[in-house]
Amino acid sequence: MPVAGHPSLSEAAPLPSRGMIGAMTRPIRRLRQASRTERREWLFAFILLLPSLTMLGAFVAYPFLRGIWLSLTDAVVGREGAFVGIDNFIKLWNDSIFRRAAQNTFVYTAAATVLKLTLGMLVALMLNNLMGFKRFLRASMLLPWIVPTVLSTLAWKWMFDPTFSIVNWLLFRLGFIHLRIDWLGGPVVAMWSVILVNVWRGTPFFAITLLAGLQTISPDVHEAAAIDGASPWQRFWRVTWPLLLPVTMVVVLFAVIQTFADFQLVYILTGGGPANSTHLFATYAYQLGVATAKLGEGAAASIAMFPMLFLVVLFQLWYIRRGDSGKGGTQWRK
Amino acid sequence: MAQVTGARWRRWVSLYLPLGIFVLVTLFPFYYMAVTAVRPDREMYIPWNRPNFAPFWTLHPTLEHFKLLFTETLFARWLLNTMTIATLSTGIALFCGLLAAYALARLRFPGGGALGTGIFVTYLVPQTLLFLPLGDVIRTFHLSDTPWALIFTYPTFLIPFCTWLMMGYFRTIPKELEECAQIDGATRLQAMVRIVFPVAMPGILSAGIFAFTLSWNEFIYALVFLSSAPNKTIPVGVVSELVRGDTFFWGPLMAGALLGSVPVAFIYSFFVEQYVSAMTGAVKG
Repeated sequence: MPVAGHPSLSEAAPLPSRGMIGAMTRPIRRLRQASRTERREWLFAFILLLPSLTMLGAFVAYPFLRGIWLSLTDAVVGREGAFVGIDNFIKLWNDSIFRRAAQNTFVYTAAATVLKLTLGMLVALMLNNLMGFKRFLRASMLLPWIVPTVLSTLAWKWMFDPTFSIVNWLLFRLGFIHLRIDWLGGPVVAMWSVILVNVWRGTPFFAITLLAGLQTISPDVHEAAAIDGASPWQRFWRVTWPLLLPVTMVVVLFAVIQTFADFQLVYILTGGGPANSTHLFATYAYQLGVATAKLGEGAAASIAMFPMLFLVVLFQLWYIRRGDSGKGGTQWRK
Repeated sequence: MAQVTGARWRRWVSLYLPLGIFVLVTLFPFYYMAVTAVRPDREMYIPWNRPNFAPFWTLHPTLEHFKLLFTETLFARWLLNTMTIATLSTGIALFCGLLAAYALARLRFPGGGALGTGIFVTYLVPQTLLFLPLGDVIRTFHLSDTPWALIFTYPTFLIPFCTWLMMGYFRTIPKELEECAQIDGATRLQAMVRIVFPVAMPGILSAGIFAFTLSWNEFIYALVFLSSAPNKTIPVGVVSELVRGDTFFWGPLMAGALLGSVPVAFIYSFFVEQYVSAMTGAVKG
């Protein structure tokens, strides 16, 4: 998924900070006071926004509310359920597979994000130092990112095959292992294999966006720091890291949302197995809601992601607004 | 002199070598996908610890897997489905996104800021949060197992993206341009369609390419909303029809994966710069 348009967010979208009543009556008051040309502009804007709002209303807002409703019913596919309160959530809370899935999701998100950020940062720094080949490397590096995830994950599944694994062959020939590793066979090793594939797929995105951020930092700052006797390590932590932080934050928060809600990697690589030990929220919701047609329970497992996602989005909005009011370090940008 | 060689060494160890390994690891699965796709079955299923296991190449390349793909599965149909769905949903998303972006970037109206934030937030809503209730909505509209189920739902994650990308782009176009047109007697609508949109063409192209790849790659909606084999898209068709229980037909699977990746890789190779600029977008700030 791309990151676009973030820094301009607060310009266009001042979050309503005044009182609720003020915010509600303001448009009405303005409507009364508006001149004819103003009203025509509003009408034009409304017409332009109508297609988007219809689509998003019908296929995002409505399903979201419907999802909350479903999670409170005992609906199954094809039958409207009855209201059961928070029974589904209580059931999930007592469900050891769901608990495991929740734990997996947090471990998966944390481990994959830290690894992607570290690797992505290293690659971005190296690319930034590189003279030639930059375009070629950047282009080839992005392949995992643009190729359909399911298809590249299939290749990984084949590479992890218990009997024909090329990874085992390589490690064996290089002398790292003597016995085969069943990459997707045990609960812990399977989870780490999934994390590995996620890192493989996500690192290019980190590297390329961070590189774009690095390229906006003026080399003068680095020269100045070097003249003052700062070591490369110090220059990174004292100069590069703080200047890059706004970009890093946007990329990280974005990746956290994507990883937290991931489905495809686990679905293809392990299908939640062995013995339901590698489920994430999304794959377990799929298993409940589609494979066993328990729509209500599935919706509840999926809605269970919401609080965490909500917090991340809230933090992101807050961070972007804060970053814009401060504009720290802009003078050091090209 | 010794110092220069030392510096060169350090550059190799700290730069070229790690980057080389990184690129190798990045690209290897694709290479392996390609080798597997042309490897005959009798060579494929040799356990990895046998001495004659030669995984990196094959001396007897074959097209049998591709043949199987086109004669015994509906791969050609899936290709067509994926293409149609990606094109139409990209079209819808560009249309909606362009208009919305223009309104949000250029027009002043009450509630505009909140709407902008709202669209940004929908951009962050993952598909996995909505797929169950959305499947229910799709059933209510009697769209299950038709391409329309995807053509109407893919724009939900494409519109927010296109809107934000285009808003950024519109801001770089001077207002004076359309003001001049309006002084010359054009209406606001004419100024938008005749003046602003053509100038914004590179941005529209970036958004379109990106949206097309996103819809090409989408998986979970296609998995849940489509059920009969002839209606499937490539990712879903390959996964569901070439895996029977525990049996994976690796040859055709990898051939299908390769063919399913080639179109996006091909488009991408022509528009790398637009793609990267769309991806890094306004992150540069």
